Amino acid sequence: MQSEQCLEGIKVVELSAYIMTPLLGKILGEYGAEVIKVESKTHPDVFRVSSPFPDGKPGVNRSGLFSHLNSYKYSISLNLTQPKAVGILNRLVHRADIFLDGFSPGIVAKWGLAYEDLSKVRPDIIMVSGSMQGQTGPLSKQRGMGSLMQAMVGFIRATGQADQAPQTSLTPYPDFISPWYALVGVLSALEHRRETGQGTYLDISQIETGPQFLSSMILDFTANGRPVSSTGNRATFASPHNAYHCKGEDRWCTIAVFNDDEWLSLCSAMEKLDLANDPRFSTFLARKQNEDQLDQLIGEWTIARSPQEIKITLQKAGVTADVMFNGDGLSQEPYFRESGFCETIDHPEMGRITSFRSSFMLSENPVKMQRSPLLGEDTEYVATEILGMTDEEFINLLNEGVFE
Amino acid sequence: MHYRILDLTDEKGFLCGKMFGDLGADVIKIEQAGGDRSRLIGPFYHDIPDPEKSLYWFAYNTSKRGITLNLECHEGQDIFRKLVKTADCVIESFDPGYLDQLGLGYAALNEVNPQIIVTSITPFGQKGINKNNKACDLTIQGMSGMLSCNGQYDISCFLMAGAETRQAYLQAGAQAAVATSIALWGRHTLKQGQHIDVPIAESMFWGAWAPRPVLCYEFEKTIFKRRGELVTYGRSVDFRDSFKCKDGYVFSEVYVGGQGHYTTRLVEWMDNEGMSEDLKDMDWPGIDGREDVSREKLDHWEAVIGKFFLTHTREELTRAAVERGFFLFPVNNPHDLLQNNQLLSRNYFVNVSHPELHDSLIYPGSPYKSTVNQPQIRFRAPLIGEHNKEIYGELGITEQNLVMLKQTGVI
Repeated sequence: MQSEQCLEGIKVVELSAYIMTPLLGKILGEYGAEVIKVESKTHPDVFRVSSPFPDGKPGVNRSGLFSHLNSYKYSISLNLTQPKAVGILNRLVHRADIFLDGFSPGIVAKWGLAYEDLSKVRPDIIMVSGSMQGQTGPLSKQRGMGSLMQAMVGFIRATGQADQAPQTSLTPYPDFISPWYALVGVLSALEHRRETGQGTYLDISQIETGPQFLSSMILDFTANGRPVSSTGNRATFASPHNAYHCKGEDRWCTIAVFNDDEWLSLCSAMEKLDLANDPRFSTFLARKQNEDQLDQLIGEWTIARSPQEIKITLQKAGVTADVMFNGDGLSQEPYFRESGFCETIDHPEMGRITSFRSSFMLSENPVKMQRSPLLGEDTEYVATEILGMTDEEFINLLNEGVFE
Repeated sequence: MHYRILDLTDEKGFLCGKMFGDLGADVIKIEQAGGDRSRLIGPFYHDIPDPEKSLYWFAYNTSKRGITLNLECHEGQDIFRKLVKTADCVIESFDPGYLDQLGLGYAALNEVNPQIIVTSITPFGQKGINKNNKACDLTIQGMSGMLSCNGQYDISCFLMAGAETRQAYLQAGAQAAVATSIALWGRHTLKQGQHIDVPIAESMFWGAWAPRPVLCYEFEKTIFKRRGELVTYGRSVDFRDSFKCKDGYVFSEVYVGGQGHYTTRLVEWMDNEGMSEDLKDMDWPGIDGREDVSREKLDHWEAVIGKFFLTHTREELTRAAVERGFFLFPVNNPHDLLQNNQLLSRNYFVNVSHPELHDSLIYPGSPYKSTVNQPQIRFRAPLIGEHNKEIYGELGITEQNLVMLKQTGVI
């Protein structure tokens, strides 16, 4: 741990599961905040019991889904059916600068932690409630997940081809939009508190952050009345502009050509100089008009080659092209390793695992990879060192089953 | 928010400055003399291709003031340095090394203002081994794992939300705003500014949740197969797909094992209407997803459920999902979003006035609600050089000199 980090001294308590809110806590911790994740052995974060597990062997401390969203945190395990555990949770939250609530709307109120109650004790606290559809409104309590919210928000309809059934997407995309807005919001709330002493409550939801990433499409509707006309990977500003099947099962490359010079470079790199003179493709508008034939011809060239080979050949020729990666390619691609973005670290129950830092690098605050905590790993530390309990107090509470 | 942010980005980084501008920061968009090329990104207002009518520009440059400045001449560089003295951050998305060549790289700006934070957004970072490769939103979505999430295994792979919305660039812009916020707070602890390197590839890697496929491959040698894929959580499994219904599409997630009771609730409803077939005999929570689910069974369940959904409208299905507590959402387009009750009840959409178009346009509003400092669109995106007089005036440049600078192509 370095001597000074940007968020040093900031205290965070996190009550949450899945992706959106845990990711908030992880990034705050990565930059030096003290993040305490309050957990439960009887109701663990669902991701603790979700695959993938090393060698396929399950275990609450072995999930790959949990590990990369919860590093840089302390884990305390409380049995919140006991009033004394609720008391400890309250003590933790009352000493925090930031309280991250990722539970369904209404849950934390049971423990006296609704913002109305909390702000009476701690008017300067910054509380974030992260949810699917917000804390108010008719659909606030609808069951959901980011994987489904992407249909609600508009991503699914905008993806793939308009004349086909909507595509499913494997990624719960809105889960990876909300955290950015929440983090910027939390840090601006800290600044506001520094100036005024005033706290903030943030009600952040996928249904309101998601459309921010579709704003131009929404404006195309509100200004021009245009319904979504998804055209797969094709573009109005480049042609060809697509993913092409290469040699091998589910192997693909991407190619984008932005002007006629690049088109000539592509033709020569493909050793198809006859295409360069073909009037069907010689100008951008011609290529757009004959794009089906164009994509077919390029596809005939790519199907006989590996994506890596195509990337190298085309980059050398000055054409924008790359490989499409699946899990195997992503985990082996040197680019993500050499910058230190992916690193292999040790975990007591998982062994050697790949860990991921945030996308960005700060010149004066290098970060060190840290593993995620075991469930309840820091219960004693949090109780005695952070809350200042005596050993006797701690053992009594442990015997009463307050800590699970 | 009292910060001043100088925004030199093109579409790769627009969103970063917008997020600060909507929070009240003084964001100054600095364009090349005559206006940025990225003003030519469609779609356009009423389909008129005009640098003052780009809807993409409108969408992601709200709450910014705008000036023009030629950074490639000495006079322009001097003016920029003066601005940097008054600023907290510079956000830029030029090729690595470009600003250094102009004498405006981080080291040089740090001499002018030691507290300055420079945020650089580029496809592969300032130092990455790919940094000189040609890249665009499409190729980045491909190499970072996003394309492999959408479409059908071995048959198709698709950009998230098509080519025009540029999701990789939006991810990078938003994550750059996070990094910049951390560094801004970090000035209290570190007592200095810093240089932030935001690779778009890594931003999209997180946006695509690529750590999951990486770890799935490392731990279990499994590769996700996109459409209709089973997602396993211990002994529970879910599969998700879009289904046709009476008046459009819905998207549903069906569970077995641990969360199987959600499926039971759906099947009970199907049974009430006599359409559950053999699904009613299933003990959904009792199924062990690791062993008892084959592709054939899955296809059968999907077919029976699909037949039932065809007998109801999107609204009926969504209402039932809320009332009965199973997982289903409508597949919405922008038109549906504008009529969505939840968004309406939270007053989400806002009208933004564009006086020069004699019109006002409906935009997505605040990304979150907050008791103080709620972000909101304060004013529309700037016109070319709209605030030249105002901002250069603040720097003490007289109107007479502005006229001369304009004629010599400095602004």
